[in-house]
Amino acid sequence: MELSGTEIIVECLKQEKIKVIFGIPGAAIMPLYDTFGKYEPLPFKNILTRHEQGAVHAADGYARATGEVGVCVVTSGPGATNLVTGLANAHMDSVPLVAFTGQVPTALVGNDAFQEVDITGITLPITKHNYIARKVGDLASIIKEAFYIARTGRPGPVLIDIPKDIQLAKGNFNYPEKINRKGYNPSYRGHIKQIKSAAMKIMEAKKPVIISGGGVINANAVPELMKIVIKTNIPVVNTFMGLGSFPTNHHLFLGMLGMYGQYTANQLVSNADLIIALGTRFDDRITGNLNQFCPQADIIHIDIDPAEIGKNISIKIPIVGDLKNILQQLNNFIGGKEHNLWLQELQEIRAKDPVSREDNDPLLHSRFIMKALNELFKGEAIIVTDVGQHQMWAAHYTRVNYPRHFISSGGLGAMGFGLPAAIGTKIGCPHKTVICISGDGGFQMNIQELATAIYNRLSIIVILMNNGYLGMVRQLQELFYDKRYVSTLLAGNPDFVKIVEAYGGIGFRVDKQEDFFPTLEKASRKNQFVLIDCHIPAEENIFPLVKPDSSINQMIGVD
Amino acid sequence: MKHTIAILVEDLPGVMARVAGLFTRRGFNIESIAVGHSEIPGISRMTIIVSGDEKVLEQIIKQLNKLIDVIRVRDIPAENIIERELVLVRVHVDSLPIRSEIIQLVEIFKAKVVFVERNTMTIEMSGDEEKVGGFLNLLKPFGIREIVRTGRIAITRSSKNGLKV
Ligand SMILES: Cc1ncc(C[n+]2csc(CCOP(=O)(O)OP(=O)(O)O)c2C)c(N)n1
Repeated sequence: MELSGTEIIVECLKQEKIKVIFGIPGAAIMPLYDTFGKYEPLPFKNILTRHEQGAVHAADGYARATGEVGVCVVTSGPGATNLVTGLANAHMDSVPLVAFTGQVPTALVGNDAFQEVDITGITLPITKHNYIARKVGDLASIIKEAFYIARTGRPGPVLIDIPKDIQLAKGNFNYPEKINRKGYNPSYRGHIKQIKSAAMKIMEAKKPVIISGGGVINANAVPELMKIVIKTNIPVVNTFMGLGSFPTNHHLFLGMLGMYGQYTANQLVSNADLIIALGTRFDDRITGNLNQFCPQADIIHIDIDPAEIGKNISIKIPIVGDLKNILQQLNNFIGGKEHNLWLQELQEIRAKDPVSREDNDPLLHSRFIMKALNELFKGEAIIVTDVGQHQMWAAHYTRVNYPRHFISSGGLGAMGFGLPAAIGTKIGCPHKTVICISGDGGFQMNIQELATAIYNRLSIIVILMNNGYLGMVRQLQELFYDKRYVSTLLAGNPDFVKIVEAYGGIGFRVDKQEDFFPTLEKASRKNQFVLIDCHIPAEENIFPLVKPDSSINQMIGVD
Repeated sequence: MKHTIAILVEDLPGVMARVAGLFTRRGFNIESIAVGHSEIPGISRMTIIVSGDEKVLEQIIKQLNKLIDVIRVRDIPAENIIERELVLVRVHVDSLPIRSEIIQLVEIFKAKVVFVERNTMTIEMSGDEEKVGGFLNLLKPFGIREIVRTGRIAITRSSKNGLKV
């Protein structure tokens, strides 16, 4: 049967069982949007965001929350370039996405036509792969391949650029059953000899620590990890991306690792004799000074991406493959362990950890807010954050007991991620409570998405950590730049409550500690979009932290 | 340390940009890059010369392998390799004795004169790096007007070690 290019696209999305797309139309993608209009019924939800960056972050949030591929659709030129931050963000955090961009007609490509940009060129380094469709006959196989590449191996974003004439052209629709790319064969199995020697090392170790990264979540290997921990009593630290891969209320959970990590985690990793690193890429925010990173430890590194092994640090036992698979096999080769001495050392270190200390600060401060969230939602809500101090407070203090319940921009640290990602999350998980923790700086980077959220009746609760500053940067100025607060005071902030009300949502302002919990309860009963504008101390800091280039066990702000 | 990397890629638009872009982006130093069709329709062979230690080399190979269009990558050990480069060079010739001197060099190096003008000769020459370098050095005193080099291509000595799909 002959279909138009755009009908082929819709049929492909149907085959892929896509439930929602996010985007904004424009001249070069109008044929596709017009086809959406003709479909009765359209097989997926079509969400109009207010900015393409909102669309791609929403698709990203959707993908992180559901584990499915996120999809966004935008026009050529400025529509396409507005995706750049979101694609880079998804790329850094290994999030499966497929982005469709309209392109000027084939005959005009390369002529600096109106709204033409070389988006495949621009996104080359920030996508897992990208395509420009040059024939209508190629569309189906490109789309099939794109989804396959996005979700398999180490997941990532794939972009498909489609010239307008290709959208309009007619061709046969034939959804390929199989992908056959000679150059793309992710390995899932894991080398059995390596797995055995890893098991031996694990059984010999006196002071082992597991570093659990985002790869554990991507591979759905959370139960397998838990099984190993129960058997061996090996304590676990999460990387930032790994939050949710191991429950934060478990007695063997040490906290988050790294520059803004937790004292206990950093100390234990530094004292370990064996590191079992799962699905992590040893980002510099995790390792601190590389030369001093766990000096006494041998490292077992298990990852689906062979290029991550040995990239930053040298590895004793590398295992490439699917974590779920490999942890299952590993489990067969290891026996029970107690590790009493090591766990005692853990208790001693934990006693010094400022994060676990109680405090009686009467102000409406970050820890209080995060703990109130735990109290009301009992670790069942999905926490989505923006980027800044509030993000690290959320990482330290909120309880995250399930995978895909902490959604945050890790590798790129893109301010403006929070609100649109919360939109994608809520659409993907309509029956979950979705809390968006944002800063007054980052919130204003995609504030227009209030319209998307409120118009679509998404009951998200935004906790706006309003300190009147670009707080994270202000803190660095305070600590390392003699308190010269250049360009970090957010003078001219709007009344956020009124802004939300203007969009049709509900806003509350809270200044005092005692008002927070009742307001949060009220917000949770509303079943609507609610923003709580929390006025926190302007100069509250995130502690402890590791000075750039220091070793991670040397933390500022422990005592 | 110099390394010769042989790559098989799918013959698709943008592949060269993907490969070359990867090198720049990751701070790897390309000395030479050459690409052309292989014996298999739809598949091209690339030869890339890079410098770096073993760790850098390992990263390069792993990162290249991640590219979807890249089918195989191999570092070919120096002892196992036949390398060639093609050069076209135009040299200044201002007298008859010089002309015959150059022709002698051309013969010694098994090069070929491909074009002659009143004041210049254009010579084609191929060989490994050392031979090409040596030849150009000897021509230098005459006054070189223009050099065009292909970059190096390489093949393994034995068919056993060849890079196949
Ligand atoms: C798009 C973008 N621009 C700049 C930065 C640098 N940056 C990191 S944190 C931060 C401040 C964030 O301020 P705010 O959103 O108010 O959150 P807070 O740190 O106060 O909690 C800035 C500017 C960034 N991460 N992303």
